[in-house]
Amino acid sequence: MKHTVICFIFLFNSFFCFSQLVNIPSVNVKKIDGTNFNFKEIDNNGSPIIISFWATWCKPCTKELNNIAEVYEDWQDQTNVKLVAVSIDDRRSQSKVAPYVNSSDWQYEIYIDPNSDLKRAMGVSTVPHTFLLDKNKQIIWQHRGYVEGDEYELFDEILKL
Amino acid sequence: MKKFFFLALLCSSYCYAQEGEVHGDFLLNLQSYKDDARIGAIAPDEIILNNSFFNLMYSKGNFSTGVRYESYLNALLDYDSEFQGNSIAYRYASYSLDNIDVTVGNYYEQFGSGLVFRTYENKSLGVDNAMDGVRIKYNILNSIDIKSFIGKSRTHLEYSDGIIRGVDFETSLFELLALEKSTNLILGSSFVSRFQKDNNPKFNLPQNVGVYGLRTNFMSGNFNYYLEYVHKYNDPAGSIADNSNNYATGNAIKTSLTYFQKGLGFSFDAHRVDNMEFRSERQQSKEYIINYIPTLSKQHSYTLLAFYPCATQSNGEIGFQSDLYYKFDRGTIFGGKYGTKININYSRVLALDGGSSLKNDSIDFTPVFLGSSNELFYSDLNLELVKKINSKLRVNSTIAFQKYNKDILEGKLPGEYGIIESTIGVIDATYKLKRKHTLRAELQALLTDDDDGSWSMALVEYTISPNWFFAIQDLYNFGNDDQKNHYFNFNFGYIKGSNRIEIGYGKKRAGIFCVGGVCKEVPSSNGFSLNISSSF
Repeated sequence: MKHTVICFIFLFNSFFCFSQLVNIPSVNVKKIDGTNFNFKEIDNNGSPIIISFWATWCKPCTKELNNIAEVYEDWQDQTNVKLVAVSIDDRRSQSKVAPYVNSSDWQYEIYIDPNSDLKRAMGVSTVPHTFLLDKNKQIIWQHRGYVEGDEYELFDEILKL
Repeated sequence: MKKFFFLALLCSSYCYAQEGEVHGDFLLNLQSYKDDARIGAIAPDEIILNNSFFNLMYSKGNFSTGVRYESYLNALLDYDSEFQGNSIAYRYASYSLDNIDVTVGNYYEQFGSGLVFRTYENKSLGVDNAMDGVRIKYNILNSIDIKSFIGKSRTHLEYSDGIIRGVDFETSLFELLALEKSTNLILGSSFVSRFQKDNNPKFNLPQNVGVYGLRTNFMSGNFNYYLEYVHKYNDPAGSIADNSNNYATGNAIKTSLTYFQKGLGFSFDAHRVDNMEFRSERQQSKEYIINYIPTLSKQHSYTLLAFYPCATQSNGEIGFQSDLYYKFDRGTIFGGKYGTKININYSRVLALDGGSSLKNDSIDFTPVFLGSSNELFYSDLNLELVKKINSKLRVNSTIAFQKYNKDILEGKLPGEYGIIESTIGVIDATYKLKRKHTLRAELQALLTDDDDGSWSMALVEYTISPNWFFAIQDLYNFGNDDQKNHYFNFNFGYIKGSNRIEIGYGKKRAGIFCVGGVCKEVPSSNGFSLNISSSF
């Protein structure tokens, strides 16, 4: 009994300092040409960044990225935002990533997270999962899943920055 | 109690670490079960089963540490029953300094495509073969990466007897020599070995079993070419019965070619696999596999397209798959007002000519290197069309022709089921009612005279962005002469930011479900489910 009480005191104590994920973790991902890249180094010269975790086999993911692609130019004109799409395709579907992205004519920056190291480090359990970073590259908003129209909320958040 | 104390202490100690960052995520899957004789569902004694995961990570500068608390009370029927009880099944600490990165405790690692070695986790089907040990990564001149590790691999909540050691080199040649940027050549090689004591009283077993791999990736402009070869030294099962220890070696070759430009993409993947399963212990089940042979077929996301999924036969197979992606521009005949996207995919997997080395070990015969037998394992030809009709309506349609060798892919007796030939059609229509209100409907049909006969599926989903979703669906085995079963499901959920809660009720069919290269036979079930996922 005594131990249980101590445990709960510790746990209770720790809840006060729980923060959200704010900074991009230092994890290596692959660029589309197969070379390594430390994801902490993504940059948009002081403008906001959207990070979207996706996969070629994930329908809601490709739907989200297709829908944003239609308005991406307008978003960029208004806010200078950059979208970074991180594919969690493993070796089974990895060779489809570049053909898929180019045939869809997406103007996004693409990375591949082949064994889900970045996905784990950022607490992403399912795709799609979208993050928004402010000008200091701090995560200020995130959203799990995608349904039609979610991009409006995302854009409202970008406009607030 | 001890574990709980440890977790609480850790949570609390994080608090006092200054300026660091604490974050994590939580996942709860709760399911109730009831008997349903019609679909063959048997409720477990517990009635309610639970899988929960809680990840807690702390990072400060170059240092990071974390734990995962896993609770299986008791594990859902989709999981192996060996998952039982509570455990801090994953904990690690790592730091990076200059070009060195050190991890102690648990880690996941992959060398090359994973043919030589891959440990990973996938919670949807209960796969987690994390390593426990030490890993060091070293980067030289920004273009040479060396990874090395030693440890034991996890299966369920235990660690293997085998000690696994490995080292991997990778260099980006054109970066190293500071040559032109549009072309690059990446060379890699790896070696992994497993030590396990030989306690066999009768046979002399190798205590160290090695696997090596060589790979190259050449990229120039819009072309990308990949080639990998791996070899496994003999790894007999360790049986004491005569003729049960197979001393055959194994190998695999994998290649892929991709080409892309604006509006067009092409990919081709092929492999030849011969006795290339690598496990963390001798003579163990598939849960002990620590390498990955990517399946040569499209990973379908619609239910009936993934009904008969391809599974890699690591004992021996040869095959290929190819994809063509094309976008018809807007304003053209096929493109219409908004453009049309198509994807054609074809895959074909066959047995090796002469069977696998494993099978022929006793008669000293090696299968023909570049040849296949007429025995088909799997083939799939499918065409997908994505079309925006107007500003409110989008339609996604797919037609597929699949052949599935049930005897081989599900390990049945030869000739028991034979090849299941099916034609599958899917229409998925999304209609925007209002700015944030959307109605989506799926109609699917799988037509076959084989196995359980034809199936159909209908789904209607209503979503209100960004918070709500409601869905009903019915899977119907209308072509079954014995029992035309319905599998009805209702789900709704609420999402806010990084939190998601979903409640469902319905029936699940028994079947083969594949995730990340691992396929499992999941029993049928009937009941309520509650899923919560959240990150902070």
